[in-house]
Amino acid sequence: MKPLTDPANHSEETTMQRFQSMVWMLGSAAAALFGALTVTLADAGEQPPAAAPMRWSADERAVLASLSLKRLAPVPADPSNAVERQGAAIGFGRRLFEDVRLSRNGAVSCATCHDPARQFQDGLPVSRGVGTGSRRAMPIVGAGHATWLFWDGRKDSLWSQALGPLEDAVEHGTNRTRVAQRVAQDHRRDYEALFGALPRLDGLPGDASPKGSAAEQAAWATIDARRREEVSRVFANVGKAIAAYEKSLTHAPARLDAYIDAVLRGDAASRTLLRADEARGLRLFIGKAQCVGCHNGPLFSDQQFHNTGVPPRDAARPDRGRAAATAAVRADEFNCLGPFSDARPEQCQELRFMVSDDPALEGAFKTPGLRGVADRAPYMHAGQFTTLEQVVRHYVAAPHAALGHSELTHRHAGAAAPKHAERAPIELNDAEIADLVSFLGTLGAQSSPLPAAPSAARPDHANPLHRPGAATAGLVH
Amino acid sequence: MNRILFTTLSLAALAAITGCMSPPQDLDLALTRPSIDSKYLVTLQPPARPAAINQLHAWQLRVATPAGKPVTQARIQVDGGMPQHGHGLPTRPRVTRELPDGGYLIEGMKFSMTGWWEIKLAIDGPAGADRVTFNTVVAEPGLGR
Repeated sequence: MKPLTDPANHSEETTMQRFQSMVWMLGSAAAALFGALTVTLADAGEQPPAAAPMRWSADERAVLASLSLKRLAPVPADPSNAVERQGAAIGFGRRLFEDVRLSRNGAVSCATCHDPARQFQDGLPVSRGVGTGSRRAMPIVGAGHATWLFWDGRKDSLWSQALGPLEDAVEHGTNRTRVAQRVAQDHRRDYEALFGALPRLDGLPGDASPKGSAAEQAAWATIDARRREEVSRVFANVGKAIAAYEKSLTHAPARLDAYIDAVLRGDAASRTLLRADEARGLRLFIGKAQCVGCHNGPLFSDQQFHNTGVPPRDAARPDRGRAAATAAVRADEFNCLGPFSDARPEQCQELRFMVSDDPALEGAFKTPGLRGVADRAPYMHAGQFTTLEQVVRHYVAAPHAALGHSELTHRHAGAAAPKHAERAPIELNDAEIADLVSFLGTLGAQSSPLPAAPSAARPDHANPLHRPGAATAGLVH
Repeated sequence: MNRILFTTLSLAALAAITGCMSPPQDLDLALTRPSIDSKYLVTLQPPARPAAINQLHAWQLRVATPAGKPVTQARIQVDGGMPQHGHGLPTRPRVTRELPDGGYLIEGMKFSMTGWWEIKLAIDGPAGADRVTFNTVVAEPGLGR
């Protein structure tokens, strides 16, 4: 079984933990400054004083503590990626992440759809690379904690995930021989310092891949097996360096984290950190609204797949989500058990115990994390909803799923209350929906803590630390 | 940190936290139970070292006759889920090894959230096929509890 902690990585984890503590302290200092500013402005009569005299029970406090960023475990080691903790891999990975030459038209990099200035996403319902995709770009920070990558979990590691878009016809639209040649031309020194000498690439077709167009596949078939493996290994190593960079990205504390800290300390400062409507929304989030059932832990995600009846973007071709992905990840040459993985087979437990035959996987998608969510519209796996209010109203309406069955239940007119052995319907009135939406605004690192009337525009202009478009992430080297 | 607690005491606490999501008050958390048709007496043993949420871990199982004699070479399938959330287990755990005295090792267990989970076992042994369901409440460690 995968060990709970890898002793070999202890020193690195300790360093990372120290850094995360430092980030935390800086964030807390910033939050304290926000708080001070709040009081100053309130005293000046610009805003009513913030007051959220919410009393939390011991059990509610336990749930609050479970959501705190301080409770986030160190990002687990990926035994299939031997270079992920190396500083040189992080720097090389970042250069690859931002390199538009790794695309068919020379204009698309990973950062095109995963923009560091926008929480590593693009704000679009479906992403645009060299073509138009069918799903929403996912934010990257915290992805190292996920067992399965992509909305449907069709990849089992960050490095394998990073390879998918490179060869996808509408994302980077390139192929593995082209990538290997670009690495040799543009990144040879970085590559060879980490992975050793590049193989000879002379005489290879310019564009060849087992996954590309018919012409690319035909070209791939002309390459002998040994050289195909050499090219695929260079390609896999590109993914491993990108994953090292992605894994180094961490969340900065949100206003909610400062609030939870203050509540747990019994510090009256908590009253200045959340408005009353936000605190009421938090109570709904961990209680009646049932959000915390799936949006749990410090990343607000159980990292699992659920069908909640979100309407498909294209009703004529509903997306099967997880149901179509388990066979793909099992057959993937870049999975944990494949020839390019650095893991021993016994370390690939997730693949070994993967659920693939559950009818509930039909139309199921991964629970997205909610840190920074208010600044990441549109929502759901294909940007189906433009506002968080629409999202919350979806869970209250709980429509039937277009494909498979929704896990949500709905107390349809006249129906009896559900039994204990069923999921209870999520029933919220308009005021509660508004409170819940207000609460979700407290999960962004740069969100303003200034109290305002719930319906008022956010007074970002009054906050000297607010940087429009700033990422909720700090880079750890 | 994020340790899972398996405790009967947490039931009332969980009810307080999750309101309408609370497990039934009379939920039976016994770890030794007869199978439905009383063909076997089954004991489920959680890991000695509690696992974190979303951490793969192993359980042990002991199968005996109603008289307490160990049952060996049984074929056992593991299933389960969260009745109140309408979803199954996040993994597909399996019996991977037989242990002495009617013991079996279940690997691949994982809980993705706190709350009431069912662990369902289908056992096929010398006395025939039978089923048994265990309840487990997974809770975050409380503050000061």
